[in-house]
Amino acid sequence: MTAPAEIPTRRRQRFLPTLFRTTAFKLAAAYLVIFAIFAGLVLGYVAWNAQRLLTDQIRSTIDAEIQGLAEQQRLGGIRRLVGIIERRSRAPGASLYLVTTPVGERIAGNVEALPPGTLDRTGESEIEYARSSEGLDTPSRAIVRVFALPAGFRLLVGRDVEERERLGIVIRRAAGWSLALIFILGCFASWFVARRVLKRIDGMSETASGIMEGDLKGRLAVTGTGDELDRLALNLNAMLDRIGELMAGMQQVTDNIAHDLKTPLTRLRNKAEEALRSAKTPDELRAALDGAIEEADNLIRVFNALLMIARLEAGRISDNMGELDLSEIVSGLAELYEPLAEEAGLSLASEVAPGLKVRGNRELIGQALNNLIDNALKYGAPDQGGDGTVIVAARQVGDEVELSIADHGPGIPEADRGRVLDRFVRLDASRSKPGFGLGLSLAAGVVRLHGGQLRLEDNAPGLRVVIALPAAPKPVETQVPSGPAASTETSNPAGLPTL
Amino acid sequence: MRLLIVEDDAEAAAYLTKAFREVGHVADHAADGLEGYSMAEGGGYDVLVVDRMLPRLDGLSLIRSLREQKDDTPALILSALAQVDDRVKGLRAGGDDYLPKPYAFSELLARVEVLSRRRGAPASEPTVYRVGELVLDRLAHRVTREGQEIALQPREFRLLEYLMKHAGQVVTRTMLLENVWDYHFDPQTNVIDVHVSRLRSKVDKGFEHAMIHTIRGAGYMVRDSSR
Repeated sequence: MTAPAEIPTRRRQRFLPTLFRTTAFKLAAAYLVIFAIFAGLVLGYVAWNAQRLLTDQIRSTIDAEIQGLAEQQRLGGIRRLVGIIERRSRAPGASLYLVTTPVGERIAGNVEALPPGTLDRTGESEIEYARSSEGLDTPSRAIVRVFALPAGFRLLVGRDVEERERLGIVIRRAAGWSLALIFILGCFASWFVARRVLKRIDGMSETASGIMEGDLKGRLAVTGTGDELDRLALNLNAMLDRIGELMAGMQQVTDNIAHDLKTPLTRLRNKAEEALRSAKTPDELRAALDGAIEEADNLIRVFNALLMIARLEAGRISDNMGELDLSEIVSGLAELYEPLAEEAGLSLASEVAPGLKVRGNRELIGQALNNLIDNALKYGAPDQGGDGTVIVAARQVGDEVELSIADHGPGIPEADRGRVLDRFVRLDASRSKPGFGLGLSLAAGVVRLHGGQLRLEDNAPGLRVVIALPAAPKPVETQVPSGPAASTETSNPAGLPTL
Repeated sequence: MRLLIVEDDAEAAAYLTKAFREVGHVADHAADGLEGYSMAEGGGYDVLVVDRMLPRLDGLSLIRSLREQKDDTPALILSALAQVDDRVKGLRAGGDDYLPKPYAFSELLARVEVLSRRRGAPASEPTVYRVGELVLDRLAHRVTREGQEIALQPREFRLLEYLMKHAGQVVTRTMLLENVWDYHFDPQTNVIDVHVSRLRSKVDKGFEHAMIHTIRGAGYMVRDSSR
């Protein structure tokens, strides 16, 4: 075992099987074989057809000549025929002539030797012949026709087929060369393609291993040709982006929990400590405990909302999705909030088209709308400078259902509209209002999960939140009484037991 | 009322049994699913309070097994998984109510009491609810108090209907939101209070005694306070 000598061979041995195993090589080989078979078939057909055509032509020339000669014989007898034959025999060319006596002796013509018995059969045949007695060693081939003249004389007219044979050889040679050329070029082409593809795939593998090793910013190269590999690379890149977003989201949640939950926790702790230190009467203690419970409840709310957003962003579609009457949900919510709005000096109006259907989760959509209406009432209140009108609308636009919640509050500056959808973002203008800056992110998450879009628009003045959800396909008339159901017990659309 | 609490967290279980005993109920405790199952099978409980995640036999399987044995003791599921589908899964398994953790004890108590009351109730609902002089006719959709008709909006009618159905019992805001509006999410504001105060202004205004009472830290109750 001498290691230095081993290495190159081993390498080659390893390289070739690798090449044979590649998809590109297999595809190229398959194409090559199929193409070669087709090329062979086509060339063979051409050759065969050309031969047949030539043969047909020869036959018809012979027939015509025999007819002419027979005519001459009829007009001028055998003597005249012999004269013509002798004249024609002397002319150079591929034509063969022979006139024999009834016993088979040659009278005229340029054929010296024939296979025995040729003259006994009238009609057409393909034979070997010689023009002179010496030529018998190297006979030529010809198509001949034997014609019986009166009184037992025989006339043979034929054509040498050397020309045809030559054509055959030319075609066969051409076919051979083309096949060889096809094979060689095919090999080169497939080698080139395989190398190109392999190189790109190897590049992709390399990038992928880089990403696995922790370079999360790495992306696959896209050549811009739009081919399959490009599409694959684009899709994988999109997947990586999504994973990156999720990771960033997780990171953000962790940061948020660390930062934004610490504040209320500290407050809670301070309250308890303060009560321990300074509360004297049971009433004071009770009030402090109530405050602590309230603070804890708020924390739980934030926690639940955060978990819900994280789950929504992970895109885990709930299996509790069904067709929903959005009109009923929206008007129901508007009705739920109407007294609260009135109490706060606002007017909540709803403009809901009937029978709007979407596919989705009732609780999620309800929660999202609830958050948006709650926001609108909070920021659209007259003390925020608006006239206190909030309009909740729902209508069908094409194959989408569009919901909008519009207020006349201070609105959101255009520059901040992208940002406010993020978790815990509260614009300076809203710092004084209760809330945690999660409502819009949650609504946006719900809408995204349902394959819709949430847009923030200028209501001039104020904010209009527009949600576009894909409409559910129109069902075949299965009319279940919709709208607010008549009694508590039948109002549960899922048919589930509730209290 | 006899209660069985199936909860593996000893501290939470101790808190619950103590709290239930304080309000006058009999509460037993099982520390895992199998123990809970055999105790529940023994029967005699009015309501089961079952944690969803339990050692040896999880809460949903426990309830499912009981239901397969044709045991329909009302069961309330407690769950730390506050997922959207969770409630549906719990109810599908045969649970009668669902409460995500952490919860207020007042909420749990109100729900458990409603569950236990439902068990003894006749199969068919009466068509007329009466609380003192307040009468709600479910068929005619009419509400009268001392013979005077009170005009209510449809939703107000359903709100009062639910409160009167559970007259004498505490009904929490969440229970109202779930059962009158069929919303299973957190509205984060006092929407329900405004509806109740509107209803109250129609039902109680001009009468000597209040029918709709606010139970501090818990919810509402309809009760004839004239007696």
